[in-house]
Amino acid sequence: MSSTKAGNKIRRRALPLLLPIIILLLWQLLTGFELIDSNVMPMPIEVFKVLIETIRSGELLDNLGISALRAISGFLIGGGLGFVLGLLNGFWRVSEEVTDSTIQMIRNIPLFALIPLVIVWFGIGEEAKLFLVSAGVFFPIYLNTFHGIRSIDPGLVEMGRVYGLGRLSLYKNIILPGAMPSILIGVRYSLGIMWLTLIVAETVAAKSGIGYMAMNAREFMQLDVIILSVVIYALLGKLSDSLAKTLEKRLLRWNPNYVAR
Amino acid sequence: MSEAKRGARFELRGLTKQFKEKQVLKDINLTVNQGEFIAIVGRSGCGKSTLLRLIAGLESPSSGGIIWGDADGQIGKPGEHTRFLFQEHRLLPWKTVLDNVRIGAKNDRNRAAEVLEQVGLADRGAEWPSVLSGGQKQRVALARALASRPKLLLLDEPLGALDALTRIEMQQLIEWLWQEEGFTVILVTHDVSEAVTLADRVLLIEEGQIALDVRIELARQRERDNGFTYYENLVLQRVLGKPALSDISAAGRKVSYSI
Repeated sequence: MSSTKAGNKIRRRALPLLLPIIILLLWQLLTGFELIDSNVMPMPIEVFKVLIETIRSGELLDNLGISALRAISGFLIGGGLGFVLGLLNGFWRVSEEVTDSTIQMIRNIPLFALIPLVIVWFGIGEEAKLFLVSAGVFFPIYLNTFHGIRSIDPGLVEMGRVYGLGRLSLYKNIILPGAMPSILIGVRYSLGIMWLTLIVAETVAAKSGIGYMAMNAREFMQLDVIILSVVIYALLGKLSDSLAKTLEKRLLRWNPNYVAR
Repeated sequence: MSEAKRGARFELRGLTKQFKEKQVLKDINLTVNQGEFIAIVGRSGCGKSTLLRLIAGLESPSSGGIIWGDADGQIGKPGEHTRFLFQEHRLLPWKTVLDNVRIGAKNDRNRAAEVLEQVGLADRGAEWPSVLSGGQKQRVALARALASRPKLLLLDEPLGALDALTRIEMQQLIEWLWQEEGFTVILVTHDVSEAVTLADRVLLIEEGQIALDVRIELARQRERDNGFTYYENLVLQRVLGKPALSDISAAGRKVSYSI
């Protein structure tokens, strides 16, 4: 019984890795036998070499660090604002009436249409990236926080009032936990948008960061560096998704839909 | 009844409630004595739940008021000594059973564990509400309501959604806790036999007014004997309209146990 359980566990861990490994093998085969020209696609081993080189020279970690810093600070600023405004509008009708239709209007402007404007305003400094990431992250968090609060069972809030919970206690015990599933969906979604926005911003207007590294490599036709950057994007995306999943599992333990299987 | 004076006493004076055009309650006058168990029955929409919500302070009356206590106290709201048990359990799904009860116990862990034991769920404290059965959830809600040692317990059809057997168990539990703790109870129900089983007094509300106020003079624990049937019929026939038996055909009899 326990041995099959352990077997299941191994299988569960290994199964998600299967497809990436197959892709890697296929890549090696196709490039190794020169079915694909190395000018189009370098061999995996070349990319790996670049990885080692750039780690040694410090270039990779520097750029990665800068990108991560931008991503996190943009996420905190935009997500924080979205969260606060979502809370405010979720509760206070006046605030909702004043701000919501404007927010809906702005939300529908394609973010990248603002890049020319952002460059004029901020040049290619840090502010430009921060602005774009914050703006991208803001909307999913705002919308989901707002929606989460609005969809709380009013019966539970009434119960809280009848049982004498103060305003703060009501927030802590009922409203926030009740809105949490929805808020976490917003977090998960916005983590994806965070990387997307950052990389576009770094590709268009930056002097450092992973996006810049890829863009710079294009100037010199360093295909292996470009591929490396793309692989790093994929890994970063996976990393933030796992982070969001861990959060969900921890914060939504009570919910049978999120229980770790 | 170790603390005989624990129950709340209050009077409703000329209580009226109006929602826009519709007058839901008309001039209700009622004295509720300490430790009394009152059941309120009536058809859907007769205003019985509204009356309960007014007493709980969840709604405010259009006119009239409630006088709490013995002396000519002020017209005011019920305080912390009133607890409300809803039709749905309204447990917080993100809190364990014990933490849900703590909401009613002002966070006092020991008190919460104590009441949880009274309702027979001492060993389930660490679990999430989602794994409990409907009856167990309602028992946790009852524990939460009793945790602060209320003087007045208001029950808004809390057993309506339970199956017949669980319902009987819950009725016995409520009766036992009431006898043990000596609080005042007002139970709203559509089930006349439930009312006769539990209550000292059964009130029938019709079109926003108290149409019947019967004292049930039967010894507890009550059984379905002749006396029981007498009271049950008394209330039911009033509910179903006096024209009595000629109108209550076979089809009518099917619904005779619940309104």
